[in-house]
Amino acid sequence: MLRWLPENVSTFGAEIDSLLYLTYYITGAVFILVTVLMVLFLVMFRHREGRRAVYSHGNTTLEIIWTVIPAIILLVLAFMSVSTWTKVKANAPPSDFNLQVTAKQFNWEILYPGPDGKFGTPDDFKVDNEMHVPVNKVVRIILKSKDVIHSFFLPNLRLKQDAVPGMEILVWFEATKTGKYELPCAELCGFGHSGMLGWLYVDTPEDYEKWVKENLSQS
Amino acid sequence: MSDVRLAEAAHAVPAHHEEIGFWRTYVFSTDHKMIGRQFYFLGLVMLIIGGFLAMMMRWQLAWPETAVPGLSWVSEPTLYEGIIPPQTYNMLFTMHATIMIFFVIMPIMVGGFGNFLIPLMIGARDMAFPLLNMLSFWLGLVAGVVMLASFFVAGGAAASGWTAYAPLSAKAVFTGVDWGQNLWIISLIILGLSSLMGAINYITTIVNMRAPGMTYFRMPLVIWSLFVTAILLLLALPVLTAALAMLLFDRTLGTSFFLPEGGGKPLLWQHLFWFFGHPEVYILVLPAMGVTSDILSVFSRKPIFGYRAMAFSMISIAFLSWIVWGHHMFISGMNPYLGTAFMMTTMIIAIPSAIKTFNWLGTLWGGSIRFTTPMLFALGFVSAFVIGGLSGIVMASTPVDIFIHDTYYIVAHFHYVVAGIIFAMFAAIYFWFPKMFGRMMNETWGKIHFFLTFIFFNAVFFPMHFLGIAGHMRRIYNPLQYEFLQSLQPINVFITVSAFLLALSQIIFVVNFFYGLFAAKKVGNNPWQANTLDWSVPSPPSHGNFDALPTVFRGPYEYSSPEVTEDFLPQDRRLATDPTTV
Repeated sequence: MLRWLPENVSTFGAEIDSLLYLTYYITGAVFILVTVLMVLFLVMFRHREGRRAVYSHGNTTLEIIWTVIPAIILLVLAFMSVSTWTKVKANAPPSDFNLQVTAKQFNWEILYPGPDGKFGTPDDFKVDNEMHVPVNKVVRIILKSKDVIHSFFLPNLRLKQDAVPGMEILVWFEATKTGKYELPCAELCGFGHSGMLGWLYVDTPEDYEKWVKENLSQS
Repeated sequence: MSDVRLAEAAHAVPAHHEEIGFWRTYVFSTDHKMIGRQFYFLGLVMLIIGGFLAMMMRWQLAWPETAVPGLSWVSEPTLYEGIIPPQTYNMLFTMHATIMIFFVIMPIMVGGFGNFLIPLMIGARDMAFPLLNMLSFWLGLVAGVVMLASFFVAGGAAASGWTAYAPLSAKAVFTGVDWGQNLWIISLIILGLSSLMGAINYITTIVNMRAPGMTYFRMPLVIWSLFVTAILLLLALPVLTAALAMLLFDRTLGTSFFLPEGGGKPLLWQHLFWFFGHPEVYILVLPAMGVTSDILSVFSRKPIFGYRAMAFSMISIAFLSWIVWGHHMFISGMNPYLGTAFMMTTMIIAIPSAIKTFNWLGTLWGGSIRFTTPMLFALGFVSAFVIGGLSGIVMASTPVDIFIHDTYYIVAHFHYVVAGIIFAMFAAIYFWFPKMFGRMMNETWGKIHFFLTFIFFNAVFFPMHFLGIAGHMRRIYNPLQYEFLQSLQPINVFITVSAFLLALSQIIFVVNFFYGLFAAKKVGNNPWQANTLDWSVPSPPSHGNFDALPTVFRGPYEYSSPEVTEDFLPQDRRLATDPTTV
């Protein structure tokens, strides 16, 4: 099943994938165990003439065992998830590369601060549905929405965050491989939701500089 | 004390009621069994509509923007010469979910079987408030009519998803749907009142009207499940009703509860919706668990494994269901530390579900298993619930949810849990059909129906996990608009073909159902040799249920007891060793 995962190109994506693999293998093993036992019991204890069912109301020891073991596994899974979650969603590393992304029906507006590195100055420039970033660089994005809730989804970077009107939400990523990646909207946002699609271009630093110059001269 | 008085008062009711006319027997009935059947038929009719909407969605997903065969007569803007436009697609999934949750599972499992079974199984003549019960059904029907009417108003039906996230749902301009969304809100407010009346009735009846000897821990687990469900309904629905009223005010009166430009908070809607919505999931699934527990015990000819653990696990699920709602909102912009807390509670709620699954297995162990149609469907429910429960653990991990949230992985998960309830529903339909209608559905065709349903159900929903892992978003109209989803199209076609076959398989059920209603052979009181009180009365039971109210001597699952030679021991059968009074 996991071979369907899109290629991961972010720094934290591997941690997310390994948690996915871990839970997948644990739950897969439990699924096989339960299914095998069920089929086995159905065959072993099918009705046969002359045999009476065992008159038993249960077994407390067994019940305690199959309460405590899943409880331990589940809590360990939860604790293992905490650090990755905090890293992705709560502890954005510092960076001098900042963007603003504003979602609206049905486009992503990407705002670059321009050479002065500050938003709200005349050298800002805006691109629709096209986000260029340099590879191996922490990208910090302030996510906003103009109308309804959208969701900023980069499948290849294992990143998703809703954009909520009235809120400014900080997201970050660091891409590890150059290329062109899709940026769909993942939250129903109206009749044009399907097809609300941007592109993330992860460039080499040289290509990125070239692209910035072209856009600055246009604006 | 009140127990005794009410039970005595019930004893005083004459067993034979005066003759009543057609209208009061079949239409404005106050008899819990008739009201139960009314809810049940309402649910079955709505199941056909909800299923049809799903088939249209599947057509679009497999062969995007091609004409749906046979629907070229539908006028614009609903369809364009049979082609589904994006706006209509959004209506399809919104109304499919709304109808299946509120107008199929709730009416059949809670309204239908709840009404039919509670008085019969606890040994009462009727519900505590028969008139309120009738009103509950009629309000439910009005809600259904209002919901269906919303398809025909200008702008069409609601198109903001069954979750109706604000601001999308809070302003007509965002979806282009005006009165459709308003009627959706009004319908659910009416339905909320209907369910509230039912909940009050169920709780009062179970607390006060149990037959002598029917202690709480002698109640069948299906009654426990309905009891816990009714308490959840009583506490959860007012939250939804309040949120819906606020949403209606935002839409029509210019308030700004959920609109940021007026100082409102879009996330407030999500908190209120899921504070109702997560208990709602258990409102749907608990009765299915109860039905499954009863049927597994009957056809294993063996007591349920760990009766008290089964009852307590349902109670703990009910408690925990109030503190897990945030797992629907991990990536909503809610504080991430809150997400961590909700992950912990979500992991914990998996524990009672695991206990139930293992206890079902324990019930099978050492049994003398009869593979009747209800038994097969009950096993089908267990199997679907195992998959749905396990995939829930995967997405409970917050970092994993970052990737799979709002993908088909979620769609697969909640269909294994919620659509999996259809197995328990069919189990209940086949099991209690003789009690409800006095005749037996055909077993052979029942089993064929089971195997086809089981195979195609899994063929539809299992591959959705693959789509989700590949990142396929839910609620998208045309997957071919995305490069990274192109290669997945054969899976979508496979799912769609399986879905059509799943739907076609239900024709067997419909034919068998009508054959059972009118032509099948009549049965006696207890065709399955079961222990609970519902099987001690004629099939179908007469008005007033019991000639003399039964006395209960033991728990509901005394199968293969060494005290008797046969392998069942009804709850109301007095053995020489039993006391003469309880």
